[in-house]
Amino acid sequence: MIKAILIFNNHGKPRLSKFYEHFNEDIEQQIIRETFHLVSKRDENVCNFLEGGMLIGGSDYKLIYRHYATLYFVFCVDSSESELGILDLIQVFVETLDKCFENVCELDLIFHVDKVHHILAEMVMGGMVLETNMNEIITQVDLQNKMEKSEFFPFFSLFTDVYLSVYQAGQVDTGRYCRSTCSCRISCKEHEPPGNAQKHQHRRHKHKSAKFTFLQVATARS
Amino acid sequence: MPAVSKGDGMRGLAVFISDIRNCKSKEAEIKRINKELANIRSKFKGDKALDGYSKKKYVCKLLFIFLLGHDIDFGHMEAVNLLSSNKYTEKQIGYLFISVLVNSNSELIRLINNAIKNDLSSRNPTFMCLALHCIANVGSREMAEAFASEIPRILVAGDTMDSVKQSAALCLLRLYKTSPDLVLMGEWTSRVVHLLNDQHMGVVTAAISLITCLSQKNPDEFKTCVSLAVSRLSRIVSSASTDLQDYTYYFVPAPWLSCKLLRLLQCYPPPEDGAVKGRLVECLETILNKAQEPPKSKKVQHSNAKNAILFEAISLIIHYDSEPNLLVRACNQLGQFLQHRETNLRYLALESMCTLASSEFSHEAVKTHIETVINALKTERDVSVRQRAADLLYAMCDRSNAKQIVAEMLSYLETADYSIREEMVLKVAILAEKYAVDYSWYVDTILNLIRIAGDYVSEEVWYRVIQIVINRDDVQGYAAKTVFEALQAPACHENMVKVGGYILGEFGNLIAELPFSAPCSSTFSQRPRRLSKRCCAMSWLVHLQQTVHNSDQYYVQTSEVVSPVPQATVLEEMPPFPERESSILAKLKKKKGPGAVSVTELEDGKREGGELNGGGERGPETASCVSQSTPSPSADLLGIRSVAPVGASLSSAGSLLVDVFSEAGPAAPSAAVNDDGFLRYKAVLWLSSCKVSAPPSEDPAPPLSEADELLDKFVCKNNGVLFENQLLQIGIKSEYRQNLGRMYLFYGNKTSVQFASFTTTVSCPGELQPQLNVQSKPVEPLVEGGAQIQQVLNIECITDFSEAPLLNIKFRYGGALQNLTLKLPVTINKFFQPTEMASQDFFQRWKQLSQPQQEAQKIFKASHGMDTEVIKAKLLGLGMALLDNVDPNPENYVCAGVIQTKGQQVGCLLRLEPNAQAQMYRLTLRCSKDLVSRRLCELLAQQF
Repeated sequence: MIKAILIFNNHGKPRLSKFYEHFNEDIEQQIIRETFHLVSKRDENVCNFLEGGMLIGGSDYKLIYRHYATLYFVFCVDSSESELGILDLIQVFVETLDKCFENVCELDLIFHVDKVHHILAEMVMGGMVLETNMNEIITQVDLQNKMEKSEFFPFFSLFTDVYLSVYQAGQVDTGRYCRSTCSCRISCKEHEPPGNAQKHQHRRHKHKSAKFTFLQVATARS
Repeated sequence: MPAVSKGDGMRGLAVFISDIRNCKSKEAEIKRINKELANIRSKFKGDKALDGYSKKKYVCKLLFIFLLGHDIDFGHMEAVNLLSSNKYTEKQIGYLFISVLVNSNSELIRLINNAIKNDLSSRNPTFMCLALHCIANVGSREMAEAFASEIPRILVAGDTMDSVKQSAALCLLRLYKTSPDLVLMGEWTSRVVHLLNDQHMGVVTAAISLITCLSQKNPDEFKTCVSLAVSRLSRIVSSASTDLQDYTYYFVPAPWLSCKLLRLLQCYPPPEDGAVKGRLVECLETILNKAQEPPKSKKVQHSNAKNAILFEAISLIIHYDSEPNLLVRACNQLGQFLQHRETNLRYLALESMCTLASSEFSHEAVKTHIETVINALKTERDVSVRQRAADLLYAMCDRSNAKQIVAEMLSYLETADYSIREEMVLKVAILAEKYAVDYSWYVDTILNLIRIAGDYVSEEVWYRVIQIVINRDDVQGYAAKTVFEALQAPACHENMVKVGGYILGEFGNLIAELPFSAPCSSTFSQRPRRLSKRCCAMSWLVHLQQTVHNSDQYYVQTSEVVSPVPQATVLEEMPPFPERESSILAKLKKKKGPGAVSVTELEDGKREGGELNGGGERGPETASCVSQSTPSPSADLLGIRSVAPVGASLSSAGSLLVDVFSEAGPAAPSAAVNDDGFLRYKAVLWLSSCKVSAPPSEDPAPPLSEADELLDKFVCKNNGVLFENQLLQIGIKSEYRQNLGRMYLFYGNKTSVQFASFTTTVSCPGELQPQLNVQSKPVEPLVEGGAQIQQVLNIECITDFSEAPLLNIKFRYGGALQNLTLKLPVTINKFFQPTEMASQDFFQRWKQLSQPQQEAQKIFKASHGMDTEVIKAKLLGLGMALLDNVDPNPENYVCAGVIQTKGQQVGCLLRLEPNAQAQMYRLTLRCSKDLVSRRLCELLAQQF
């Protein structure tokens, strides 16, 4: 069984946390911190498995993780799951996100937490795997989006305008933000001047045009 | 086109997130969040009805805030309202909120259940899936009660859509895991098995998890799944990489499903039907063959998927342990992986080989890889992999290679990571003992162990070497000589001094004749002073007593140190130790590392060759003497000693040894008494050497001498008279829910004269302060004669606690000040919530709570008769659920409950075993928090 799925960035900022067993909120935060601590100090080419921390599960549990550019994807699973199988599952999850968001990057996860949850829900339910076929998952997500659009049409058109203007404004391609923009919130300010949502979209666009998404980094590495 | 449209974002949400990300400090972030929370709160409370879009936006904001680690204590109602919306998006976000921020608030669950019920009967597959997801994610008991009968129907109904079937299967699995008693087997069970044949692979994927879980619990009812699984597997394995289309992952057909099918088969023995078995063996061979084929893709995903199946196939082969041909092939395959450039594969290969090593067919084959494994231990960069290598060396060790392996492990210890040193030390100690042919090697090994990693040599290890030396005449002289030499080193580890002191104390006389010992004895006699190790001093004194003759002054010192112990006892020789399960083995088992399998196996081996390991001729006699005449476990002195100190820190070792004092029953036979005397003696030694004082006293001087007894009266009941004297009567009524409690105190004036300046104060002394929050309202300062006044206390349990709050009452009666302090009967068990569970669950959890600190046990005499009904009533009063049909022995009582504190929940399991003949009880508690077990044990022992 999968006990928890955690996504956090290189600085330990949680981007998604999904627990399939109920924990107190404080404990959940502690688990995220502990997991980050365990995972982040590991070198790049060591194995992708490590024995679970103290908080979550104990000795029957393993943390299985992958590191994509700025993000760690960590699955905490018990011994009934195949380690390599879970690694594949993480890859399917990321590839699905990549297809759904079109070159997914950390910002997508930040600004669309709900979507990420919905996509994950099509794969994993109550700690067990529901579907591994990426096309099937994307079909379901597409279906959801269609329904959503038909219900939210007025708002949709309004915000499309805003978005389009933002997107068109930011055509400049600068690759140097790629690694740091998404992650630095409190500590590294230089890439993140105080701004509003529009600037964000601007940055996001640059980010996209840099074509440097975490999936691509991973494929390049392997 | 991307599946997630960029245009549907919510501007307000985006602005909020950007604001948060732009905050310069944690304080600014919290400020911004509080502002937003206030805004959302006012929007939710406002008169204006919010449209779906706004509700969705606000719920998304709350989710974001929650992800950042802030508590969300409102919005649940709005989320529940969203559930009953007709719009998909609103419903969806409502369900998301519920699944992320589940609340055990029962009022809310009822409303959620209503919404789910409507959606389940809506026949709209999307809505049904949302509802099923919610049940699977929350999985509370109330939900199980409401839907456990409905979901199997949805699952097997002919007209259910595939996607709904998938969700229903996993939903049912979740309910079965949380409340197995509510999911009744029935006509649907046979149809569930046939889902393995379903055309839609997604349905099979979901169903197989359900079937695996169900067959683990009810293997007979689901036996038919074996042949179905084999045929499905064979179809997948033999299919070309394009046959399964979307379920082909990087050229591997349906890897996930294949793994799950192989896992399912591991729940059963090899199929009896020859045809099925043949087909399965064929599958396994095909999988092994495919591993040798050139890869169809260079991508790591391709090899991952392929190898995931391969490792599962190997696990199945190991599980069957009946096909020598396949076992050897599996071993060779793993051998290849041991040198693979992928770290993951090396790790998994080492792990699988560990289980393979325990099979008699492949043990030899595994041994051929010893050099590679030793090399891995030395050169791997990844500590996880090194750990696996150490485990494997441990598992593959036998008489033929023990010396090599132990030497390698010892040399690795010098540089080993701190995190695994203790386990390594245990493993070396066990291997050295188990495969010792000559015991001088054993003694050398353990002394080396102490020299190299003294800090990690736990008490069990050095107790054990002493036990063995005592039981084996042939090694005593050698041991004495070796430790004597070892102690000459300029710096000795404390443990070395302890072992040395002990062994020389017992057997120093054996080397007294040696020419070199005379001059050295003076060096050694100075050592104790330098190290201030009384243990050493005493043992050496004993030794002096027997060898050298001028020891008057030391002798005096001895008698000062151990005044309660008769000197005769001190100077007597140690009796042999009855041979039991090695305490080190017990410790390793407790650690329950991945080597657990081999530990059990090891233990079996040990039983056969038991006498080899120093049982001696005298040992068994003593053991049988103890066990024959004293069936009561309380006389099981050495048993207690050898099991209990596991994982003990210094302080717990102290209390343990003190247990030894108290456990000695007066009825114990003379042999045991004799043992007891020695144990006392050794206990004093250890106590002093460990610098452990007596166990912590119960309470700082109780306010009222009978306060503790008064407290005990209320452990199992909530109402009654707390205190009464000639002037005053104090009654109590209390109720508790979750981590909160309310207590009504009634102060009755029994006289006809007024009490003046009547004040009461409730205080939480010492460490109780942060653990328990008690609030009281002041009372009227005047209590008329014959009148009664009432006071209400609100109690909140922040975390688990052991002390009781104090109630101080002051008043003037006829001018004289009365001052009275009582303990309020607020005990940790008041915050119990009963938990029902089935036998299997109970024992599974029981096993999970196997760390020594988590268990507390007491054996005590019945003080109130042993009436079943009374005991039951008391256990119920305790607040736990009394579970029937759990313990195989119907005489025993078994309870389960969860203590609710503000910070966490502490699961507790209880077992009370009465022995009517002896009028004794044995009470065992296991809790997820160690202090709780101890406290509950203390509280309860007074009740029966």
